[in-house]
Amino acid sequence: MISLANPTRFLGLVGRAVPWLTAATLILLGLGLYLSFFVAPPDYQQGETVRIMFIHVPAAWLAIFGYMLIAIAALGTLIWRHPLADVAAKTAAPIGATFTFIALVTGSLWGKPMWGTYWVWDARLTSVLVLFLLYLGLIALWQSIEEPGRAGRAAAILALVGAVNIPIIKFSVDWWNTLHQPASIIRIGGPTIDPTMLWPLLVIAIGFTLLFVLLHLIAMRAEILRRRVRALQQSQVERAALVEA
Amino acid sequence: MPDLGPHAIFIIAAYAVTFVAVAALAFAIVEDDRRQRRVLAELEARGIKRRSAESQSSAGKPKSKRKKG
Repeated sequence: MISLANPTRFLGLVGRAVPWLTAATLILLGLGLYLSFFVAPPDYQQGETVRIMFIHVPAAWLAIFGYMLIAIAALGTLIWRHPLADVAAKTAAPIGATFTFIALVTGSLWGKPMWGTYWVWDARLTSVLVLFLLYLGLIALWQSIEEPGRAGRAAAILALVGAVNIPIIKFSVDWWNTLHQPASIIRIGGPTIDPTMLWPLLVIAIGFTLLFVLLHLIAMRAEILRRRVRALQQSQVERAALVEA
Repeated sequence: MPDLGPHAIFIIAAYAVTFVAVAALAFAIVEDDRRQRRVLAELEARGIKRRSAESQSSAGKPKSKRKKG
């Protein structure tokens, strides 16, 4: 594991993993879509709209997963100052933001026919919106500070402060009255969802997770190369200045 | 495709938004990766190499001698 923390070795690993991850992601997402539309039955209460669950729930899980990844990487940036930790955090932010956006939009589209409204300012929906804003804030912070080291440390502090929102999202449906249903899959006592719906959901969730990992690895490779390009261009400028002097 | 019932528009919209968002994200990431690889290859083709000792503070720089890639 330690050897993978070397950026050059990490790039080699990414090159080997990307084709396999791409194939596995496409197979699982294709299978998951088939199961969710042609095998999973309509819900006895929600009817066909339950099919929105198969993308809404995995997107919401990955929204939280992405932020937890950033928070753990932030510790790596602040404590060990490892450059790959900052690269991991920075590149996870747009992916996490996209899945949070998907969770919010699909949740709204599911809420309208079921609750009669696209949006309510209750604890679950509001805390997920705060998560989305945190992602945007982190992206803006990384974009606004040119020097990667400084930007990484500032973003790491913001990420750790924002991590307090994660348990609020998870337990909001237990702590407050909300239109959003309580946990029915990740809960003490096991899932309450019927297996005919649980399996398609898990297949799509694993497919989405592989997609997250795949995009994250490619984005990390791009960020490492961007920093190499930046360093080369800086050294070129310095050499030119030395020659002129 | 099963009959999606009276709320089909919401189901189709949810899947469409997801597809567009994921496709846009994937396109942006893959394009950025290609661009960085191309720029780095161009710099190295011009003989501009990475430094070693003084470049340890940034990501992507080895601590010992330079390696390609």
